Amino acid sequence: MTDPISLSVIDAASALRRGDLSQDELFTAYRDRAAADDTNSFTWLADDLRAGLGDRDRAPGTDRPLAGVPLAVKDLFCVTGVPTASASELLRGYRPPYTATAIDRLQHEGATILGKTNQDEFAMGSSNENSAFGPVLNPWDRTKVPGGSSGGSAAAVAAGLAPAAIGTDTGGSVRQPAALCGVVGLKPTYGTVSRYGMIAFASSLDQAGPITRTVADAAVLFRAMTGPADRNDMTSIGWAGQAAGIEVPSAERLDGVRIGVPTALLGEGVEPGVRAAFDAALRTAEGLGATVVEVELPHARHALAAYYLLAPAEASSNLARFDGVRYGNRADIGDGGLVELYTKTRHDGFGAEVKRRIMLGTYALSSGFYDAYYRRAQQVRTKIVEDFRAVHEQVDLLATPTSPTVAWGLGERTDDPVAMYQADVTTLPQSLAGVPAISIPCGLSEGLPVGLQLSGAAFSEQRILDAAHALEQTLGFDVTAAWMPAPPASRPAPSASASTGKDAA
Amino acid sequence: MIDRDTVLHVATLSRLELHDDEIEPMARELSAVLGHLETIGELDLDGVEPTTGVLEDRSPLRADEPTRSLPREVALDQAPDASDDGFRVPSPQA
Amino acid sequence: MTAYETVIGLEIHVQLATRTKMFCGCELVFGDPPNTHTCPVCLGMPGTLPVVNAEAIRLGLMIGAAFGGVLAERLVFHRKSYFYPDLPKGYQISQFDEPLVAGGRLGDVGLERVHVEEDAAKLTHAGASGRIGGSTSSVVDYNRGGTPLAEIVTLPEIRSAEQASSWLRLLRETLRQLGVSDVNMEEGSLRCDANISIRPVGDTELGTKTELKNMNSFRFIEQGINAEVARQTALVEAGERVQQETLHFDPRTGSITSLRSKEGSHDYRYFPEPDMPPVAVPDELLQSALAAVPELPLERAERFRTELGLHEESARLLAFRRALGDYFEETLGAGGASADKQQVANWIGNDLVRRLEAQRKDDEAGETDTDPAQSKVSPAALAELVALVVDKKINRKAGEQVLDVLVAEGGRPQDVVEAKGLAAVGGADELRPVVQAALDANPDVVEKLRTGNMKPIGAIVGAVMKETKGRADGGEVTRITREILGL
Ligand SMILES: [Mg+2]
Ligand SMILES: [Zn+2]
Repeated sequence: MTDPISLSVIDAASALRRGDLSQDELFTAYRDRAAADDTNSFTWLADDLRAGLGDRDRAPGTDRPLAGVPLAVKDLFCVTGVPTASASELLRGYRPPYTATAIDRLQHEGATILGKTNQDEFAMGSSNENSAFGPVLNPWDRTKVPGGSSGGSAAAVAAGLAPAAIGTDTGGSVRQPAALCGVVGLKPTYGTVSRYGMIAFASSLDQAGPITRTVADAAVLFRAMTGPADRNDMTSIGWAGQAAGIEVPSAERLDGVRIGVPTALLGEGVEPGVRAAFDAALRTAEGLGATVVEVELPHARHALAAYYLLAPAEASSNLARFDGVRYGNRADIGDGGLVELYTKTRHDGFGAEVKRRIMLGTYALSSGFYDAYYRRAQQVRTKIVEDFRAVHEQVDLLATPTSPTVAWGLGERTDDPVAMYQADVTTLPQSLAGVPAISIPCGLSEGLPVGLQLSGAAFSEQRILDAAHALEQTLGFDVTAAWMPAPPASRPAPSASASTGKDAA
Repeated sequence: MIDRDTVLHVATLSRLELHDDEIEPMARELSAVLGHLETIGELDLDGVEPTTGVLEDRSPLRADEPTRSLPREVALDQAPDASDDGFRVPSPQA
Repeated sequence: MTAYETVIGLEIHVQLATRTKMFCGCELVFGDPPNTHTCPVCLGMPGTLPVVNAEAIRLGLMIGAAFGGVLAERLVFHRKSYFYPDLPKGYQISQFDEPLVAGGRLGDVGLERVHVEEDAAKLTHAGASGRIGGSTSSVVDYNRGGTPLAEIVTLPEIRSAEQASSWLRLLRETLRQLGVSDVNMEEGSLRCDANISIRPVGDTELGTKTELKNMNSFRFIEQGINAEVARQTALVEAGERVQQETLHFDPRTGSITSLRSKEGSHDYRYFPEPDMPPVAVPDELLQSALAAVPELPLERAERFRTELGLHEESARLLAFRRALGDYFEETLGAGGASADKQQVANWIGNDLVRRLEAQRKDDEAGETDTDPAQSKVSPAALAELVALVVDKKINRKAGEQVLDVLVAEGGRPQDVVEAKGLAAVGGADELRPVVQAALDANPDVVEKLRTGNMKPIGAIVGAVMKETKGRADGGEVTRITREILGL
């Protein structure tokens, strides 16, 4: 029989349905690998298939499309009774009384929760070094970062510790770690996946998306996560694309597809090796029948400035609720009063990058600076939205390298926030425009994966998935190349007594 | 440039304690980041409407129908300092 | 010496009478045990999001329509940031530059705006706590947190404490009759802040204002404003400046203290709520709000005055207490077109209300919600009673006795009149011999009367009343006396 670990989500689901594989068998195979993880990808591991179901009677049946498929879920998704900290010291040990809509929908389709994955604290970071649970290591080279903020999710998939993972993307947090870890990452159109139960970083930008081995798996998971608008979330408008919904992509050619390349955006920062892999991917696209043209996104080079004002501003407000009153960890304030309750709890609970962004965002919103910073950034956002509308009059898809560089060394940029923020230069414009984008692996540079980003107009997920699938088939990137070797011997699933699982790194 | 006083003011607004050795680095880092973001000052944006988010007129309102509230013990379960019936905090009058 | 003019603007927070909270489905129940009506949303748990309660918007639009303000076409919310334990998210979701209602007017005061927002939770001082060694603690109850509020902001057009409190009574009655709120000050469903400044009479510039917070009765509002005006006047006369600050009035001591905290300046950092994209006010919601606005107190008083000819005072009394106004109109209906409307108003507004209120304990503010429709006196009975008096079938005193019986036992006035023998001693024929007898028995009085001194007539009336057991009409006795004596 084939090793269950080698199966994609789609193949595992059909093997489970056919009865070739049992749900326990599949869960245990991944549970064992994840327990032996040396990349620090997980913050918590489930004990059994029922983890995170709370008292709901929805046991994972065998009739649902994703029945028995174990998923790694980014720590910031609230799951009933499951440790959910958004990788913050302030929330370490927090167990929410409810489940995020996106995860609930996946559970409804039969998916089970394998564990919670490491991330940058409150999704603030591009290297997964800002975590209360310690940094995640890149499975391709354990001295390198996996990217962020969904670094644990991407690394877990790249290391073969989970068939797929769920991440979130605010300015590139699904796409960039997917690129740096050599896997597929989809950021859907803003509003298609409910944000309810995702611990917010920047409300107007946050969007959940799948991280997978294949484009087809990304389509299947996205289909499960989206659906009708969530009545608990006014920013959820549901799947408003083609009436038929998302289909599993099967395209082999790109005939008639017009691909735009915003050349000006790919100026200095892009490494030669990344550029080479990217150009090769474009030639592959042309070989499949696509037309590649240069396009202009005149304001995209200001996306970084706009993003690093808007996102911290929203974050400074979203994180005001962490005060040590209703949940989370309160600092020891002795005889201190209310002021100490707040200031010490937040001093001790938040990491350096989170504090930096809270300060930056508070400053941008504060009296006297609002117009010069926050409002101006919103105006830039208007121009960027207009740029994208205009460009999609000319082309179907935009292509860029997902990240200007391959994975860099751990610690290399931690003292230089500006250099760190530059990592997102090619993913931020799409985030501000709210449009969908995917990253697929398109080759290696210096032995590390290079990601190709394809984006399109709002609700063009099907077109993006189809094109990405066709390219994926021809590019033939080996997503199993960085897999962790199998653990020495298969062990029984851990006993129920270890009910908290692996609580911390 | 963000000076020490600005850092302290913003920290107060943010309810963040900063230790003495944290203030200068914060001022330096924020100045560096803001310096880098000043490029948005170059654009002519007169008359451009601000965009808060990409969605508008898409969200239905909620009907005024009760949903189940949390049992009190669940509401209080995660509190760092719960009393029998509520969330304890230092008195504002203290 | 300079004369000063007081300038007052009011900010009133009104809890809207929805079933559920502003942004979540928790039920609103006053007085339940703490923290029994909360959910992840109103506890501000991580990951939760607000969804607007349509009914709160409808009630807010009704207020706007009643005031004749401009109703917003789209809903835009902002976050107002500050840290306090009664505010679970660290910000209040409110409205900023696009309120639900702009402008409008109620009576003698113009309005700046009406906007909707969420209420804060309740903080109770708990005294010394075991856990925090020796220090005092408070306990937060989030049941109230998230209650929909309408914040009504007036223009600075109020000139005295008395005007402020009488306008607030009008506002409270208007809101009550609109049915948008319980407007119960004791339970905190109506709370008032006052912005107060003074300026030399004749100046048009506004002076520096102070904000007097959360006064919870009409009496305290008057006292608080007067105390603050006195404080400001004393300051200015001493050559000092009024500081812009937030103040608290202690009704027990009459003192005013500053609430300014040392926790840093106020910078609310308003910005558009990114969790709730702007959304058009649904047309069916708007239409439903417009259709639900009833005739309001001021309009009704105007109608009572112009169409029914009531005195100003009666018109306002009946119109501003909806139950009285309704009962009044029913009584008129029962009495037919010939009813004396002012008399009916008097009998309801004075005699009946006084009797009914005596049956109840007055509330703290000296107002009661006495509803005659709940009493034993039917509108038809009252109409009959008034007609008996107006037609002089019984005199006023007898009418009051009849009313006592009706209030206590109900029944028909005519039956009471008969049972108690209260019918007026008929016309001149019946009364004349009795008056003559009284005059004969009091020659000294007659002598004085003949000199034109009418004062002692009371003795004659008293004698006739005694003889007729109070059923005579005093005016008629006087008339017959004059006739007999040829005066
Ligand atoms: Mg307010
Ligand atoms: Zn609630």
